[in-house]
Amino acid sequence: MVPEFLLQLRDWISQPWPWWVAGPMIALIMFILLFFGKEFGMSANLRVMCAADGADDVADFFKFDWQSQSWNLLVALGAVFGGYLAAHYFTNGEPTAHITSQAVESVRQYTYFADRIPENGPVPLVPDFLDWPALFTLRGAFIILGGGFLVGFGARYAGGCTSGHAISGMSALQLGSLVAVIGFFLGGLFMTYFIFPLIF
Amino acid sequence: MMHSSRYILVGILFGITLYKAEAVSWFRIYEMFHFQSFHMYGIIFSAIALGVPIVQWIKRRHLKSIEGKEIVIPPKDRSFPRYIIGGFIFGCGWALAGVCPGPMFILMGSGYTVFVVFLLAAMTGTVAYGMLRSKLPH
Repeated sequence: MVPEFLLQLRDWISQPWPWWVAGPMIALIMFILLFFGKEFGMSANLRVMCAADGADDVADFFKFDWQSQSWNLLVALGAVFGGYLAAHYFTNGEPTAHITSQAVESVRQYTYFADRIPENGPVPLVPDFLDWPALFTLRGAFIILGGGFLVGFGARYAGGCTSGHAISGMSALQLGSLVAVIGFFLGGLFMTYFIFPLIF
Repeated sequence: MMHSSRYILVGILFGITLYKAEAVSWFRIYEMFHFQSFHMYGIIFSAIALGVPIVQWIKRRHLKSIEGKEIVIPPKDRSFPRYIIGGFIFGCGWALAGVCPGPMFILMGSGYTVFVVFLLAAMTGTVAYGMLRSKLPH
């Protein structure tokens, strides 16, 4: 028998979380990792994984003591588990994104979304071009392979991603991280306003 | 000495948080880049708003880590081109696929297994950067 309060706790966790819960939680995660003597940064894992796969043969960038970074792979592995738990145990119905009606209206103006997203929602958490069948279409392959390549290339070039720069770096008042975050937004806006009209 | 479970637990907390806050959603990133909701900004700004005093407190108090060593936060390189150009490239990928490296791992676990391919593409990008590194402005 599961105690009643545990079921209530599960229902409570299963609601969509507001920003004022998620933001402080991320700050807490950053603090916990600092307290463990580590630094919060997910994209560093890409370099570790490449080095572990023997990329040190092709570039000196991968000649480093990647074993000392294996703790970060465990955080990534935990994130995979976390995603599994959230999707299977802390959920209420179909996974949806509760975006504003303004956002629904604007995304529906693209022909691609017009007949996929109902006028009054709900909007799926993940669009259908981020799935296996789409990988074999031109659009899906461009988004998954192209997006992945840009994220991997850009994160290492900039020396960090959203967690490493926007959270860790900004919290430590690092000027470089502010420049990187400005870069993230300029790139994001360029993609959104100039490339999306061509692909959707 | 590795304490595997504590890092896995932190990762689990991170995964549940970003999934439940819908920060793993392509549509949330779309909405953010269209300035149509405060949600994503609220997450990032509130994390920083709390992160700044946390880091200041650690520095002023010379707080020690769980291993008893003083916590050091290494400063980032002083440079401009790598952050703005690298950041721009990253931002393009972030908006296009709607995921950054954290959500990439989280969605793999949530059942969107195609993100394994996304991860391989990201690793390819990382290797490409490693090979071109000496030729790029930093």
